[in-house]
Formats: sequence, structure tokens, C-alpha cells
Amino acid sequence: MRLRLVRDNTNFDFFARPKLWLGISGVMMIVALISFAIQGLNYGIDFQGGTTIRTESSQPVDVASYRAALEPLELGDISITEVFDPNFRDDQFVSQIRIQAQEGEEAASGDMIAAVADALSAVDSGLVLPFPAVDSVGPTVSGELIQTAAIAVVLAILAVLIYIWLRFEWQFAVGAVAALVHDVVLTIGVFSELQIRFDLAIIAALLTIVGYSLNDTVVVFDRVRENLRRYKKKDLKEVLNLSINETLSRTFMTSVTTLLALISLFVLGGDVIRGFVFAMIWGVIVGTYSSIFVASATLLALGVKRDWSKPTDEGGTQFGNTDA
Amino acid sequence: MLQIDLWKRIAIILTIVAGLLLAVPNAFYPRVEAHNDAVLALEGGATGAGLEENAAQWPAFLPSGLVNLGLDLRGGAHLLAELPLEDVYEKRLVGFWPSVLDAMRAERATIGTFRRIGIEDGELRIRLSDASKMDRAIEIVSALARPVVSLSTVGATDFEVTSRNDLLIVTMSEAERLATDERTMLQSLEIIRRRIDEVGTREPTIQRQGTNRILIQVPGLGSAQELKDLIGTTAQLSFHPVVGRTSNANDRAGVGNVIFPSIDEEGVFYVLEENPVVTGEELVDSQPSFDQNGGPAVSFRFNSAGGAKFGRYTAENVGQLFAIVLDEEVISAPRINEAIPGGSGIISGNFSLEQSTQLAVLLRAGALPVEPTFVEERTIGPQLGQDSIDAGRIACIVAFSGVLVFMVLSYGTFGLFANVALIVNVAMIFGLLSMIGATLTLPGIAGIVLTIGMAVDANVLIFERIREELKSAKGPARAIELGYEKALSAILDANITTFITAVILFVMGSGPVRGFAITLGLGILTSVFTAIFVTRLIVVIWFERRRPKTLEV
Repeated sequence: MRLRLVRDNTNFDFFARPKLWLGISGVMMIVALISFAIQGLNYGIDFQGGTTIRTESSQPVDVASYRAALEPLELGDISITEVFDPNFRDDQFVSQIRIQAQEGEEAASGDMIAAVADALSAVDSGLVLPFPAVDSVGPTVSGELIQTAAIAVVLAILAVLIYIWLRFEWQFAVGAVAALVHDVVLTIGVFSELQIRFDLAIIAALLTIVGYSLNDTVVVFDRVRENLRRYKKKDLKEVLNLSINETLSRTFMTSVTTLLALISLFVLGGDVIRGFVFAMIWGVIVGTYSSIFVASATLLALGVKRDWSKPTDEGGTQFGNTDA
Repeated sequence: MLQIDLWKRIAIILTIVAGLLLAVPNAFYPRVEAHNDAVLALEGGATGAGLEENAAQWPAFLPSGLVNLGLDLRGGAHLLAELPLEDVYEKRLVGFWPSVLDAMRAERATIGTFRRIGIEDGELRIRLSDASKMDRAIEIVSALARPVVSLSTVGATDFEVTSRNDLLIVTMSEAERLATDERTMLQSLEIIRRRIDEVGTREPTIQRQGTNRILIQVPGLGSAQELKDLIGTTAQLSFHPVVGRTSNANDRAGVGNVIFPSIDEEGVFYVLEENPVVTGEELVDSQPSFDQNGGPAVSFRFNSAGGAKFGRYTAENVGQLFAIVLDEEVISAPRINEAIPGGSGIISGNFSLEQSTQLAVLLRAGALPVEPTFVEERTIGPQLGQDSIDAGRIACIVAFSGVLVFMVLSYGTFGLFANVALIVNVAMIFGLLSMIGATLTLPGIAGIVLTIGMAVDANVLIFERIREELKSAKGPARAIELGYEKALSAILDANITTFITAVILFVMGSGPVRGFAITLGLGILTSVFTAIFVTRLIVVIWFERRRPKTLEV
């Protein structure tokens, strides 16, 4: 007996309540944008400049005494967070100290790091020195990094828009990009709502989400294109429903294997990349949802050219069949 | 019909074998690493039983390329240095001044008297007492400018001479600035490389980034501060005639003179002639040593031209003071007791043993033309890196097993085929990474795990398609064939779009992000290859043997 995530011959009507789904997506996007506008993102030093120090100690971290010890150094805004991870040994206590960019300095001076080390070892006898990790980014670089990151995301979306437009029709491209924007906005919303640190790696995750969501969308669209050729008389809504139902089993299979891999990485992969993996898990879920409810719904709303009988028409060519 | 030509089968199998062979060294990382180091050392002329033994640990006929571990996995220091290139301009003007002076002096009869006002905002300013002679003065100084040799500009000269009221103004031309910038960058890269090589760490990365930045990554270094100490100092050594001593830093130095502080005497400043007698550029060697009192010192030797200049100067100025200046601070200002002809000497000061050793390294490697500022620095401890590797490895194994089991449960025999392809896939990613010498970072590991999850996608597409074709009551062979045929366009479109984002990440990203883009991109290539060639080959071979009447996918 085979494991079936989706039983055969499903026949859900995904567009019975199109306004509901688009409405839900719209509301979630608005919530995400409001959260972003009000709270903003918890930018890491990659984007804001400053220094983060990872400390390790054989004694439990006392955030208050750390803070008190660092107070006299007058380093400005300091945030101290404890880090937990199932991989840690019993006597391994980790914290993350973030110090704002210092006036008139680019990267952190060695003197400052040394002063922090002295101050902390005075209150924590189990402190491991040198610090396991110190990162420092100057304000000039961080400004450039955020700019490049934004350009990268926009470029990726544009490139995809063009590719899908060439391979399908412009309506498909718009649908796919609507889904991508939806995914990116919701991911940024989650990061802003939960105030998870947003650093350079998250941009990589965002682009991966873009890639994954597309992957999903393109598979559905490919089937839509095929079914549009096959069932010339069916109306678009029926064709879309049929295509989504036919690919539903695959959609779930791939989402589940990808989530399996990501969740094991989330749990076991260590705290350093947890935020990064979280973004991707969220992206896979949102991306799967959006390829059905956003991309296809947009396609339905826009309508599409029905005559696919001449494959030599501009756009919309299929790769020829090749044998192994 | 289901058929794959023999040559295609051989080509597919050979590709798999090549991928696996390239990946194998990574399974024995420490051993292969020791082997590679030993082989390199032996080639470099070193000998020793230990080396031979290490070299023999890995058979020579097997590939020995390894995946480079990124700094976040190996531990080490990372610095991004920014060079203020415009600082060099002023030095060029300072160096240009003596020839201007000589040329104008010779023509004093036609241009009248003049006085150097100073160098400011990249301009050398000279005031003429008689502004009506300006044209002649410009003509004289312009004649000193030399053409700039560069590909982009034709007919440009290195210095431009203009006037403003009674001021004669000498500036560097745009073409010369660009050429100077380029030269400064190349020179700095070379010097930083030499300094790091002197310390002898393994596999440092020293890369130019953009117009004025240099990225330096040194694995295994305990802190970025060590690295900063090594490359943060310009180490410009020069010997100047001493004009006088003062306790006031704001004293007027006089034309052509500068005031530098003493390095170990608080509140003491030396007035020196700006143009040095000899500079560190003419050093050929420097070693840590000891002075006559047994204190740590640095001995040095000039090349023949520098030695001759130094000898001539000391012979002419016996009894005078001369200052040894390092980075605009006077290390010491001894009296010249007798001529020093041999072109070698010793610098003593209040050094610790470490300082004298480091100074010797810095002097030997040469001076940086400008003082870098550090705009980004990261240090990762080796333990944290190892923890990340361990965590990543466990996550990989769990993800792998989870997906393997899940595929068998879902697709039975075909799931097994997909699993074989998945294993080949991951091995090929490692093989390719080793072959192109790419660097594996922590996000890179995440990319591999993601690939494990997504790589089965192509197979899933095909298997689902075969299922569908079976439903429309086609024979097994026909169903398999159609499944592959019809899934192809979805597989290609889906993967090409993902590949586009990986390429953009690679181009725009840096460091760890780029590592992620590489594994993601390679993962897409290998997963498409394994899905449309490897599993297909397996399915075809299986089909030829079994000839099943019905098919369960």
C-alpha cells in the first residue's frame, strides 16, 4: 500500500470563493505592511552597522549582570539576548551581544572588544575567551549591503517576469509575479511581527523563496498551458481547477520532502542559521499556498489567450521532446 | 519505445562515476588535507619522514581536490579594508616639488621670485611675486609633466598646471589619478599578500573588491585584531635630516619641513626636512636583532642605490642628527658619529621582542602606500565552526533519511530509484564543488539540505505523470515514456526559473550568501541531470529485465 498525501482524482473547486481567498491574501499583506511600517525590521548589523559578539560561558547567562558590567563602557545602545539550542552541551551557555556602531569608527576597534571581554569576565568567571565569534560592520558597508540586497530581490523578480513572459504569456508572468510579491511581503511581515533578526542571509532565503514559489507556480502553469491546448471548449475556470487538481499530488509531495529537509535543519542545524531556515520554511508554506490561490486566481482574473493551436505564435512555446 | 543507446548509457554512467570519484576525497577530509599539504611541501623542496608518510596516506591516482571550507566553518578572521586612495595624490605632489623648484630657480631671471604656499586640497600652490610672469612660469612647470601611459587616455600628462590670481597651481590630471589609483591598489594587494605569507598561514584569501577595497580572509587566525595589527600599519620607514627639536606640535615648521612627534618621549617633537634621504622602499632585508645594550632592535640593509645615498649623506653630515621615522612618528634620532658606508644599520627604540619581530616583517614586506581603514571585520572561533559543521552534518543525514524513507513509502520501487538518484545527486554536488574549488559555507550547507528536499521534485513530477498516464489505460512502457516526455517541459521551466534566482544571488551576493548560491545552483543542475538521465536509465534497465505487465508507481 502506497502512502498517498492526496487521494487520486481530487476535484476541489479552488475558485468557488475567489474573493474570499484573494481577500485573505490581501488582508494578510496589508497586516504585514502595517507591521513593517510601524515596527520595522529588526535589522542585523549587516544592514545597520555595529558589532555583534557571541559569548560562551560554562555558567548560565545573567543578562542583567552582563548589562550592568557593560554600562560603564558607554557604548550606547546594547542588546543582550540568550541563545538556546538543543545541540548545546549541558555547560554551554551562549548569548549574543549587539553593540551599536560607534561614533567616528567604521569597524569595531580591538580596544573595544578587549574592554568588553574584561568587563564580562569580571562578572562571569566561566566566560570563554576569546569570544567564539565577533562580527563588525561599518555604516558605509551596511548601507551598500542593504542597497545591493534590495536590487538583488527586484532583479530576481524582474528576470523571472521576463522569462515567464517569454515562455508563456504575459498574464502568466503577472500571475507568477503577484504570487512572488505576496510571498516576499508576507515573509517580511513575519520577520517584522516576530522581530526576528533580519540579516544578509535572510535576503538569500527570500530569493530562495522566490525560486521555490516560482517552481511551484510554473509547474501548475505548465499544466494549465497543456490543458488549454487539450480542452479548447472548457472555460478558463474549469481548466485552472483541473490543472491544479492534477498537479495537487505533486505539489504536496514536493512541499513535504522540502519541509522534511528544512525542519530537520531547523531543529538540528544549530542556532546560527535558524532564522535563515525559519524564513525558508515559512516561504515554502506561503509559496505553496500562493501558487494556487494567488498566481492562479490572478490568471483567472486576467483571462488568457485561448488559441494555443499554433505553437509558433510569439511566446508560449514548449520545449521539444527529447529522448534520453 | 523505451530505449537508450549504448553510448548514452556509457556516457551517463561515466559522468556518475566521475562525480563520485571527485566527491570521494571529502569523505576522508583530514587525511586528504594532510596528504595535500605534504605533497605541496615536498614539491616546495621540503623533506622529512613525516611528510612522506602523510603524502602516502592517500593514493596518488585518486582525485585529491577538496571542498574549501568557508571561514564560518573553519574559523578565522575576515577583514574588509578600504584604502583612501586620494592620500597618495598629496605624496605625488610632495615628490614633484623638488623638480619644480629646480626648474623655476633656473629661470628666476624670467619669472621673478616665488614662494611655495603649501599643498592643500590636492593642489600644490606657488605664489609668484610678479603675476604678469605667470604664463612663462606655467610654461616652465608644464614642461616637467610627463605623458600618462594608459589605454583609455591619449595625450594626457601626469600633472596639470593652471593659475589663480598670483598663484601657480599644480594638480594631478584625471588620467594620472586613475592610473595612480590602480597602481596603489595593485601595490597594496601585493604588500598585504606578502605580509600574510610572511606569517605563514594557510590558504588566505586576498581579493580586490570594487575600486578601493580589499577583502582579506585568513582561516585559523584567532582574532581579526591580529590581522589588523599585521596589515593596519602602513610601515613607511624613512630617514630624514633633523632641523630642530621642539615641545610644541603647532610650531611653524618652515617651508619644506614637517613636524613629527617622538614615539617614546612624550611632548617631544622633531622638525624634519620633508624630503627623506632614504626610504624603506630601498630596503632589501630586515631582521629582528638586538642592540648593543641587548634590547630588541631591528637590523636592516639597503639596496646598492639606497646604501650609496645613505653612505654619502652620513659622510657629509657627521655630527648632525638624523631621524628614523616610521609612519610619521620618530622612532629615534641618533647623532651621526661617522660615515656609514655599508648600507646597513640597526633601529633601536623601546621595542618589545614581539614588536621588533613584527616591525621586521612589515619592513621586509614593504610599506603600504596608504593607511587602510577597516569597514567590516568578522572573527569566527574554530570551535563554533566545528559545531556548525557537526550540526550541519547531522541535519543533512536526518533530512536525507527522512526523504529516502518518504520516497519509498510513496512510490515503492520507483521511490528506490529516485533515492539512488538522490544519493548520486548529493555526491555530484560535492564532486563539482571540489572540482571548481568552491567554498562551502554554512548557508551553503543549508543550500545542500534544501536541494535534498527539492531534488526529488523532478522525479516526483515524472512519477506523478506516469501515474496519470497509467490511469488512461496505457501499457507500462508507453506510460513511462509519456511520463518522461510530458514532465520535461515543467521540469525545465521550473528549474530554469530557480536557476535564474541562484545566478542573481551569486552575482549580487557576497561571502556566505554566494556560497549558498553556488550550492543551490549546482544542486539544480545535478538534480535535473539525475532526474532526466540517471533515474531514467535505472528505470529502463529495470524495465528491460523485468518486463512487468502492470506497473505500480
